[in-house]
Parts: sequence; C-alpha cells; structure tokens
Amino acid sequence: MRTILSIAIDALAFGMVLFIICIGLSLTMGLMRVVNLAHGAFAMIAGYIASYAARDLGLGYAAAIFLAITGTIVISIPLERFLYRRIYGSSELTQVLMTIGLTFCVIGITNYFMGPTLKTIPLPQALSQPVDVGFRTIAAHRLFVIACGAAVAVGLWYLIERTSFGIKLRATVDNSAMSDALGVRTQVVYAISFAIAIGLAALGGVVGAEFLPIEPYYALRYMVTFLVVVSVGGAGSIPGALIACLVLGLVDTTGRYLMPDFGNFFFYAAVILIVCLFPRGFLGRAQ
Amino acid sequence: MTAGKKILGAAVGAVLMGSGSAYADTIKVGIIGPFSGPFALQGKNFQAGVEAYRALNGKSVKGHDVEIIYRDLPAANPAQSRALAQELVVKEKVQYLGGVYFTPDAMAITPLLSQANTPLVIFNAATSAIMNTSPLVVRTSFTTAQTTNPLGKIAFDEGVRKAITVVSDYGPGVDAENAFKKAFEAAGGEVVESVRMPMNTTDFSPIMQRVRDSGATGLFAFLPSGPPTLGFVKAFNETGLKRAGTKFYAPGDLTQESDLPALGEAAEGLKTSFHYSVAHDSPENKRFVEAAVKAIGSADQLSFPAVGAYDGMHVIYKMIEATDGKQDAQKAVDAVKGLSWTSPRGPVRIEPETRHITQNIYLREVAKNADGKYINKEIQTFPDQKDPGLATQ
Repeated sequence: MRTILSIAIDALAFGMVLFIICIGLSLTMGLMRVVNLAHGAFAMIAGYIASYAARDLGLGYAAAIFLAITGTIVISIPLERFLYRRIYGSSELTQVLMTIGLTFCVIGITNYFMGPTLKTIPLPQALSQPVDVGFRTIAAHRLFVIACGAAVAVGLWYLIERTSFGIKLRATVDNSAMSDALGVRTQVVYAISFAIAIGLAALGGVVGAEFLPIEPYYALRYMVTFLVVVSVGGAGSIPGALIACLVLGLVDTTGRYLMPDFGNFFFYAAVILIVCLFPRGFLGRAQ
Repeated sequence: MTAGKKILGAAVGAVLMGSGSAYADTIKVGIIGPFSGPFALQGKNFQAGVEAYRALNGKSVKGHDVEIIYRDLPAANPAQSRALAQELVVKEKVQYLGGVYFTPDAMAITPLLSQANTPLVIFNAATSAIMNTSPLVVRTSFTTAQTTNPLGKIAFDEGVRKAITVVSDYGPGVDAENAFKKAFEAAGGEVVESVRMPMNTTDFSPIMQRVRDSGATGLFAFLPSGPPTLGFVKAFNETGLKRAGTKFYAPGDLTQESDLPALGEAAEGLKTSFHYSVAHDSPENKRFVEAAVKAIGSADQLSFPAVGAYDGMHVIYKMIEATDGKQDAQKAVDAVKGLSWTSPRGPVRIEPETRHITQNIYLREVAKNADGKYINKEIQTFPDQKDPGLATQ
C-alpha cells in the first residue's frame, strides 16, 4: 500500500510537470492551429534565464521564475510578429519546417553562449528539503509542482470559459473572419494567446527543471513526449491535456517501477491503445 | 609508392643539406570524435587533450611535422564512423587514427586497420572486447570493468552485505553490473537485485522506491555522464535513501568534473572509483591541467576524455619516433607494447598482451576544495589495475 501511494504521488508530480509545459502547446495547436515544435525551446530558454538569474545574479527563486516568464515572452513577441504570424493558416508542413528550424537555431545559439553543460536552478531552502508525508519522504519541490499544475489548470479554465477575453478567443477560433467583422481584434487575440502559451511553457521549463534538466538539447529531447501528450489529450482541450498527463505519468512511472527493463514500452503501448480508442485524443473536438 | 618517394626525397634532402633532421615531411593523424551535437563536450575534451600535448611536447617528432585532422561524428554511428576512417586513410593519407568516443564506432573501424596499415589509438571507447578485434588497436582510456572492479571490495569492507545494482540498459551499463557483481560476490557480499533502466529515463523516483523495497544497504549505480546523472543523484537524496544510510557506489562517469558544478551539494560525499580526477595531485597533472584548460577555454569543462587523448597523443608520438615517419602499423604498435610513462593520472603502462592501459584506479569522494569548488578528491589508490574483462580471456 505504501508503495502504491508512493508511486501515485511520483506519477502525479511527473504528470503535472508535463501538463504545465504541454498545455501551452495544446492551446497553440488546438485553438490557433499552429504546430509549434519550438514550444520546448521556449521552455528551455526560460530555464536558462532562471538559472542565470538565480546563480549569477543571485536573485531568489520567485524572482527568477518571474524574470524567466517575462523574459521568454519578450523574446517570443518579435518571433510571433515576424515569423509565426506568417504561418497562421498555412499547411502543417510549412509550420513544422519553420518551427523545427527555429528549434535548431535556439539549440545552436544556447550551445554557443551558455555552453553544453547542465544548468541548474537552485531551489530555496523551503523547497529543497525532503518532507515527510506519512508514508514516505518526498521532495517539497514535488508538492510545489503539483500545486502549480493545479493552479494552472484552474486558472486557464477560468480564463477561457469565464472571461470576456475567453469569449473573444473562442469566437476567433471558431470563425476568425466573422469575429473580425464583429469587431474582435483577432490579431491581438492571437498575440495574447501566443504569449500565454509561451509563458506557460516558461513556467513549466523552470519548475520542471528538476525532472527535465536544462541543457541545449532539451528542446529536441522532450519534443516527442510533449507532442504525444497533446495528441493523446486532444489538442486545445484543457481537461483532456490534464487527463492525458496524469494517465501517461501514471503508466510511465508504474511501468518503470514494476519492469524497468521494458523502458518506454508501457508508455508507448498506452499511447497506441488510447489513440486507437480515441482517434482525436481523450477530449479532442471534431474538426 | 608514396612512402618510397618520401624516402628518396629524404635521402636527396639529407645529401643536399647535410643534415638528417632538416627534411620536413608531414605525418597526418586523423582524430574521430563527437565535436558537435549532444556529446560535443566530450569531443572538446579530446581536442583539449591533443592540443595540450602538442603545446607541451612540440608539433614535430624527430623532424617530422605532425598534422592533426579532426573528423566530427556527433553520435554513435558505426556506418559513418567507418566512412570517416576510410576517408581519412584513403583521401587524407593519415598514418595514424585516434579518438573514438563510442564502442560501436571503434568496432566499425578495427576491421579496416590491417589493410590500411594504420594503427588506431582509442582515446575513450571503453568496452573490453574492442581490443580483440584487431592487433593494431591500442587504448589509453579505461574499461568500465577496470574502473568498477575495486568497488566490490570497498563496499564489502564498509559493511555492506546486501547490495542492489542499478545501471543504464546498454553495453557499458551491463559491463559495470557484471563487474560489480563479480567483485562484490567474490568479497562475500550478495547482490539482491539488478535493475536495468532505459537510457532515456528522466524521473528516477520509482527506481529509488525499488531500491528501498529491495532491503539492500548498498546501491551500485552506473549511468553515462550527462544530464540524467543529476536527476539520479537528486532522487537518491530526496527519496530519503541518503538519510536512511544507504551507501552509494558508482564509477566516476557519474561525477564527471563537467557535471560537478550542477550536481554541487547534492553529490557531496558520493564515493566513486575512476582512473582520473582533474584534482589529482602531481606535477605532471598540474602541467597538463594548465595546458588543457587553456585549450578548452574554461576549467569547468575539463574532464576525463582529455587525459585519454593526451596519453593517446603520447603513444602516437612514440609510434612516429619508432618508425621514423615511415608507415608501418605493426612496427608502430610493437614499439609501444610495454611502454610505461608517468601520465597526468599517475604511472601507466601499455600491457604487451592486451594493448590496453594498466593504471591506478582511485577511490574518490566529492568534496569542496579550498576555493569552494566541488572536486573529486582522491582518498584511496588501487595501484596497477589491469582490465579484468581482458585479463580473464
């Protein structure tokens, strides 16, 4: 029983890291119809900024997270204006080619400036202690990640379902020409959504750095995992992405505990099964 | 044909100038390594080792200029490795091949050597079996079995009776698992469980749970150096295994110097065994580190592949000296059999039968030095260790 609980909490923490990073990708793919393979690259940029802020500038963890998110969004604004805006509505192949090219550029640039070694983001004292939760000790940081994931899920749901911006966003997604005609400034809506998606990637990159360490190949190494989560959850669906992350996190963690030699077998077997049963992902919408 | 021409040219030159050493031919050495891509740091270390050796020992041997040609092989890729070696031999006319980071790449090159009349000096690839595939291979790095072997006895002497092994699921990982098991059981201990993790594992908590459930008091781990080692060490600390007093043993790949700034406090006190620590205290190492840091650009990036390359260049220079610039692979290899010298890592010798390097293995502990930097501090020396993988064959 202790073992089961223990695995469940590890799975939850891992799933939440995936969720925070992937939900931004899910939004860009589902709502804006942009296959943004450079999503992981933005998470990585945030990790580097946070690492630089905390280690070299000596800022606190909260300040580092804030700086990483704003810094990454600032970097993404000109990219959105001059690169991404050209590929809204283009074919998937064009989008994939451009964004993977961008990924390689980011890898090359970070490798050149930051060097190929691992970068860590030092945690504050309170988060780096192991905490006794009754049946085992767990890193306080994992509890923090779980809380972040829950906050992101609730916050996004509220934003999209309950605010006037959410209404404009949904209208733009359903029919952008009509929304335009009705006075919704769709370009602005797209730009803000893109910034939110990038900001979430940045948050995920920083708080998830303990699971997915920051190094130049981060952007490519986890790309497949991120895409899998989005397609299993159904692009654009927040609850879908949450379910996908928790299920895949659980399958992966349990598989790794029970039969480590099988590696990713259970993860991909689960993906195949889910995609067979739900071709659009758990909660994907019909096109 | 070319060799004949060269000798003729040399003779004419010697007569004209009246001095044997004045003729300048160029001997080319081809170095294959990962100079770009995810393993670029290891390739940079190769380059730093080579450049350091040339900076300290000159760029010519007995009047023969030595030219280095680097070829980039970003990840393990036997077919490309073979193609690069062929290109170096046929097109660039290199007399010596060196480098090679991954075992499969070395295995792809060795069948070419006798026809190419070219020796291969391996700077890293660490599987025992490579040495049996060609008589023209010499190795100046280490094998996983060689660095792991002393740990079995160390663990037993520290009171561990039941141990669990956790290794990355690939060739060297399996080598390490077997070597530890053998040494630990020979000392009288028992390996209660052996876990093999897939290479791309990033979350190690479930593995640690398994370690805890196994009831072992000692954990032997092997992971290739790089990003996952950080997660592994952190998971060991955070799941409370460290606090519970579980002892942790690993070969030095896990605490490679270039990873230490990131591992930092998490790794403090970890004991690993390896053939080289950048902090090794000797005048030879001081000279080497100074030259290699200059070549690589930053002290944080220097680690063990550089010393393999440095000693590899020493072997190649000795080969050039013995053959006096003529291309004769067998003579070159024979000349370095039994060669012994003082490397930055300590006294070493090329074993005549196996052509592998015999060296000290050190038990080290991650500790802070006087400047507050984390280093691998040597605390115990196991002198004259051969490769147990080859010695038993």
